[in-house]
Amino acid sequence: MNLDASPPPMIELEDVKRVYSVGENPLVALKGVSIEIRTGEYVAVMGPSGSGKSTMLNILGCLDRPSSGSYRLDGREVGSLDSEELSKVRRHEIGFVFQSFHLVARLTAAENVALPMVLAGIAEEERRARVAESLESVGLSQRVNHKPNELSGGECQRVAIARATVMKPRVLLADEPTGNLDSANGEQVLQLLARMNADGLTLVVVTHDPNVGRRSDHVLVLRDGDLVQRVPGPELQPDVLFETTP
Amino acid sequence: MGVTSVVVLTAAGNGTQRFVSQEFSSLGTNLLIVVPGKNETTGALPGMGGVPNDLTLGDVRALERSLRGLRLVVPQAMGNDTVANGERRRQVAIVGTTSDFQEIRQLRMTEGRFLPPGDMERGAAVAVLGAKVATELFPSENPVGRVLRIGGWRMRVTGVLAPKGRQLGLDIDDMVMVPVATGMRIFDLSSLSRVSIEMAAHTDLDSTKARVLSLLAERHDEEDVSVITPDTVVGALNEILLALTLAVAGIGAISLAVAGLGVMNLMLVSVSERTAEVGLLRAVGATRQQVQRLFLAEAILLSLCGAVSGIVVGWGIVRGFVALYPEFPASPPAWALVSVLGVALLVGAFFGVLPARRATEMDPVAALSGK
Repeated sequence: MNLDASPPPMIELEDVKRVYSVGENPLVALKGVSIEIRTGEYVAVMGPSGSGKSTMLNILGCLDRPSSGSYRLDGREVGSLDSEELSKVRRHEIGFVFQSFHLVARLTAAENVALPMVLAGIAEEERRARVAESLESVGLSQRVNHKPNELSGGECQRVAIARATVMKPRVLLADEPTGNLDSANGEQVLQLLARMNADGLTLVVVTHDPNVGRRSDHVLVLRDGDLVQRVPGPELQPDVLFETTP
Repeated sequence: MGVTSVVVLTAAGNGTQRFVSQEFSSLGTNLLIVVPGKNETTGALPGMGGVPNDLTLGDVRALERSLRGLRLVVPQAMGNDTVANGERRRQVAIVGTTSDFQEIRQLRMTEGRFLPPGDMERGAAVAVLGAKVATELFPSENPVGRVLRIGGWRMRVTGVLAPKGRQLGLDIDDMVMVPVATGMRIFDLSSLSRVSIEMAAHTDLDSTKARVLSLLAERHDEEDVSVITPDTVVGALNEILLALTLAVAGIGAISLAVAGLGVMNLMLVSVSERTAEVGLLRAVGATRQQVQRLFLAEAILLSLCGAVSGIVVGWGIVRGFVALYPEFPASPPAWALVSVLGVALLVGAFFGVLPARRATEMDPVAALSGK
């Protein structure tokens, strides 16, 4: 009988380093970061520009590989997988939400949402049903055939969230999801993400906004490629980004 | 442009073959035409080069007398002159021939009689009018029995032909027929223009052709005439078309290469402009192969669209030509259409490889940020 009530880890980074070659000098973007994010947890990653937040998100999203160290996703080592395997992991395990939405302008909302399923070879009938379900879950059932230029910024981000979750991933990674939205639309998007997290989705949000951080279970603070702080979200201080010592 | 030229050229080739077959089949397949001149080495149509010896009425009589299996031997001496009825004048083709011309050309009369049978050396001053000549020169009266002038010659009209249209390049309706000796005198000809021979049924065409050539070679002391059969005409036209085809194939190949480079450039620009889209595709799980297939498919589609446009333009040109010249049944053969589509597909695939490869080599993180 398992007496440990806490959920199993979904994401485990162990001493992850990421070094880029820029000319003759190596640029160290992550200096050996170790973190653990449990299944269903809501984690915000904060830090000043150049602190390594995006590098970490790219590694967590299997878009990039660590130079050294280990990355386990749901118990499986994924840091050393080849390109094809990483594509499959991204397709089935991970959803992405970007600051600038990254919707394909010539496709309708429904077609944008269906994109990952087309790549996964899912039959059209099932695709149609899942697109309808996803767009309904983000409150856009009436905007199915609209193209991105016919949608507001908030609606575009909700379409992007529907696309990110249509394959029913285990982890949703969001890079400044409210960065391009006004406060009302931003609030709507944050509430949507919080609801999905409450339904069991593991959520990692990169943000500069302390208000976003305070909604999370934990905030990871990065500075100069180091993890300098891990604080419960509700206890996040407004000046966290300006502190210089852990 | 390459596709359009291929469609137009193959339509022309196809049309020519059908046109020649139709022309000959309307007269029967057992027809030989003897023309003065021998020019086999260059492959050009006989009669278009060299210095021919005369083909005479004596040759015609010799053919009639000496060779069995010839049903009709019809001499023709041709020229153009002004035909006039009072003040009404018309420049038309004049054919000097014999009474058998009516049978060999399967002509019907609407008024009067055709040329009188008899000695072909006797040049009577009579004429038979084609349907159009009759209506143009005698709009409100029956021409039979009336006198008209051909050049400085006065001729009595003995008959008018029923409308017939074109036959072997001659517009029968716009023609006047006179006895062969008369025709040769009008145009001061020493040689016939041609002799048409209709063979009896079940006579072998090749052996008859050989016997005709041999007899005339014996009479002229050299082989200085050509015998045209439906096959010779088609063969000669095919030779011309082959040369034309090779030239157009060269132009087509250059056009296709240029078009391919165009497709490649367009796709390279497309890949470059859609960098963020490539990044997104990779982020939502597209493999390198899927991205490659996507851009290759686009290149092929682009190429096929070009080919289809080329076919439509080519088809339009051919239809326009047929509308202007309805007697020429030009239409591109199905194999040509299938081939150009196939070649377009290959061009698209070949020239799409580089842009597709460039898309697959993009780093997804950099691509997402549009770099």
